[in-house]
Amino acid sequence: MDRFEELQQAVLKGSLSRREVLKRAAALGLSASAIAALLAACARQEATPTQAPAAATPAPGATPAPATPTPATAATPTPAPAAQRGQGGLLRLLWWQAPTILNGHLAQGSKDFDASRPVLEPLADVNDAGELVPVLAAEIPSLENGGVAKDGTSVTWKLKQGVVWSDGTPFTAKDVVFTYQYVINEATTATTVGNYTNIQSVEAVDDHTVKITFKEPTPAWMGVFVGPYGYILPEHILKDYVGEQARNAPFNLNPIGTGPFKVREFRPGDVVLYDLNEKFREPDKPFFAEVELKGGGDATSAARASIQTGEVDFAWNLQVEAQVLKQLEQAGVGRLIVTPGVSVERILINMTDPRTEVEGERSKLGVPHPWQSDLKVRQAYALLCRRDQIADQLYGPAGKATSNILVAPERFVSKNTKWEFNPDRAAQLLDEAGWTAGPDGVRQKDGKRMEIVYQTSINPVRQKTQEIIKAEFEKVGVKVQIKSVEASVFFSSDPGNPDTYAHFYTDIQMYTNGPSLTYPIDYMISWWGDESNIPQKANNWSGNNIERWQNEEYDRLFEQARRELDPDKQVELFVGMNDLVIENVVEIPLVHRNGVSGAAKNLENLELSRWTSDLWNLANWRRSG
Amino acid sequence: MTRYIVRRLLTAIPTLVAISMVIFTILALAPGDPLAEFAVNPSVPPEVRQRIRKSMGLDDPIPVRYTKWFTSIIRGDFGYSFRSRSPVSDLMMQRLPTTLYVIGTAYLIAVLLAIPIGVISAVRQYSVFDTVATTLAFIGFSLPTFFTGLLFILLFSVKLGWFPMIYRATIDEPGLRGLWLKIEQAIMPITVLALFQTAALTRYTRASMLETIHQDYVRTARAKGLSELTVISRHALRNALIPVVTIIALSIPGIFTGAVITEQIFRVPGMGSLLISAINDNDTPVIMAITIIFSALVVLFNLIADVLYGVLDPRIKYE
Repeated sequence: MDRFEELQQAVLKGSLSRREVLKRAAALGLSASAIAALLAACARQEATPTQAPAAATPAPGATPAPATPTPATAATPTPAPAAQRGQGGLLRLLWWQAPTILNGHLAQGSKDFDASRPVLEPLADVNDAGELVPVLAAEIPSLENGGVAKDGTSVTWKLKQGVVWSDGTPFTAKDVVFTYQYVINEATTATTVGNYTNIQSVEAVDDHTVKITFKEPTPAWMGVFVGPYGYILPEHILKDYVGEQARNAPFNLNPIGTGPFKVREFRPGDVVLYDLNEKFREPDKPFFAEVELKGGGDATSAARASIQTGEVDFAWNLQVEAQVLKQLEQAGVGRLIVTPGVSVERILINMTDPRTEVEGERSKLGVPHPWQSDLKVRQAYALLCRRDQIADQLYGPAGKATSNILVAPERFVSKNTKWEFNPDRAAQLLDEAGWTAGPDGVRQKDGKRMEIVYQTSINPVRQKTQEIIKAEFEKVGVKVQIKSVEASVFFSSDPGNPDTYAHFYTDIQMYTNGPSLTYPIDYMISWWGDESNIPQKANNWSGNNIERWQNEEYDRLFEQARRELDPDKQVELFVGMNDLVIENVVEIPLVHRNGVSGAAKNLENLELSRWTSDLWNLANWRRSG
Repeated sequence: MTRYIVRRLLTAIPTLVAISMVIFTILALAPGDPLAEFAVNPSVPPEVRQRIRKSMGLDDPIPVRYTKWFTSIIRGDFGYSFRSRSPVSDLMMQRLPTTLYVIGTAYLIAVLLAIPIGVISAVRQYSVFDTVATTLAFIGFSLPTFFTGLLFILLFSVKLGWFPMIYRATIDEPGLRGLWLKIEQAIMPITVLALFQTAALTRYTRASMLETIHQDYVRTARAKGLSELTVISRHALRNALIPVVTIIALSIPGIFTGAVITEQIFRVPGMGSLLISAINDNDTPVIMAITIIFSALVVLFNLIADVLYGVLDPRIKYE
């Protein structure tokens, strides 16, 4: 044990860095608790000098910490295990899609938002209940505290005092202004720019106050500088990398942030290693000294590694078939975490005719579908979808049957809708619409046969869903041809490819969609009937209204909801919009999808949220026992 | 000989250009989008995605894109990855050591095992050893690596817990423990690959050896009264190795470009997994860089194999 004491002495004298300690302790084969004690001593050494300024200016009520002890405990002489920074050692995370860039504004997928989050922070993040939690902000703006202007055209954020970037430079309102200029510059090609285009200006009122003015009253003001799309960038590092230079910034692979961790090493497409950020504003956090975010592989083996063998502490997005998950959890050392999601797997019904080519394009607005433009036919389709069977057998813990297209946040969820599976009624509706069974059993009318093409992306669960739906449709005489397209083609924005979801050159198609904001106006635009919003040749198929459905009442509600500031009226509008889409059977919602993650049983305080990155609360994650 | 090599190298240039044109055109014609994941994300409107496509040059005509790529490649610049926006050469340099270590070791083991086994099998044809070796070779040859890989994970990681199922290229623990960790995690992928390659090479060696030991010159060597060992190693083996050398030389480029399936299964961050993720992401600059390097290596090792013939068999002369 004398080697241990030697090491302990070295730690207390401050002659060894934390990483050195970890290495040597591991080489000595010390037990986890002994290492934790060493690290605790180590953390005390490192935390005291650097944290002094932050601790000296405590912003009252500024810490979002829900239930963790106050910073004061860090100063106590004995290492209090509940509040020691870095005592948790190494945290192993597994993302089966590997991050490729660590600048959230240039993200190519949610993996990149996730991998940036331990380092970069927004002003506020969103918890699972849909409430804003201050991160870099001192408080959440509201009508009551005057942060949100009464006319809804501006919002003023108060920022935390004493926050520094991990290189020691102070964080100020200028960084927020800079982030806006960085994102809004078209040549930067930020993927997050969509949320920022409705901004008129962003000004630094003083070093710790920033005012955002919108072009029009904006109830969805939480779309900017909040959550994964709102990471604040350091002006002093990136000021020369705005516009075309953006992709050359070393920052993209080695970001400097205000978050609880900083990047030690990043290998794009493989792994990110993080060390704790000694300059993090909360002296007792984070609990873990190091984080390893390994990427790649497949979801099933990720589920195995996290739940069955415990080789990793946390695995992201386990899109694995229901039975496999159940089996793994029974035998396993980890647990499944199911978070209700925001999105719905749905069938979209084409209102236009995908067969007739008019002026060089099919599915053209103004060329109605020969039978799907009839409400009775669409109602029949909806009655033929066995949503419970699809949800229970194919999704299991990852989904439940739903009758709404808007399933989150809770206050906007309609209670007016219901769904049923009723093939007899469906057949009756089709008869009423004049589509009667022909000699070969396929329904027809005026020489047209009811044969539809049903497309979706390649994915085992989707192909099984297609089979279930096809079987029921064919029983009542609607012939279904199944088509599945490689996901990167189906979801491509390539204007020259006819197989994309936006071209919608088939009768029905299926995929998942959902809001990204807690004020889901960005999602409800999917049914806004304005011509510019309908994908067509003229706009390179770039609209959001994929079904080409137009409804004056919907448009009226949508345009009102864009500006509405009264919470009760907002509910009325969103529920109204949801109900219109359901009553008119523009889409058939099938499954409300849940997020499924795997975690070690002793990993606590994850607070996974459906609205933001899984790692948003990483500073507070801890290991018990 | 030198003139022959120079001539071969010169003819390699148009070959490589033609290869690059074909691959580039196929990639450009293939549908897909690097930003497909954001398709239905309401925060990333379709206009934004189209602007990013444009900024990557994806909307330019194919000849224009190819010319851009070609002019930078002759300056030694592989360009930037669409995905990580970092230089492709950096990405490859991060992956190469892992690939050389895992695939290279597997290959070395395969060669070291396959040649003796093949030779003994041939010399003792129809013996118990030969029967066992042949059976094992057929098993190894007919089991695809994705099957043995998964089998190994289930057996050694999940059931027995001997080896980790996740490969880490970033282990920086010092001393013997760090070394052991590096070896431990590579055992399963190396075994899977070595099993497959040993099986194939054993069969080639055995067949080639069987053909040689019935030759007249081998009988002559025996008649001279040489020891059996000398006959086999100096007279038979040397001649029998010529086709084996070709096969080994032609598979060496594979050591640099990785084993796509095995790397994916064990999460080995090598060139193969870089290639497959680049293909999934439509990351053209990365795909082009890896395939062109692979082509160049194939051309080069073809030449090396031809030159080695001359060394192994003095009857073959180049001019």
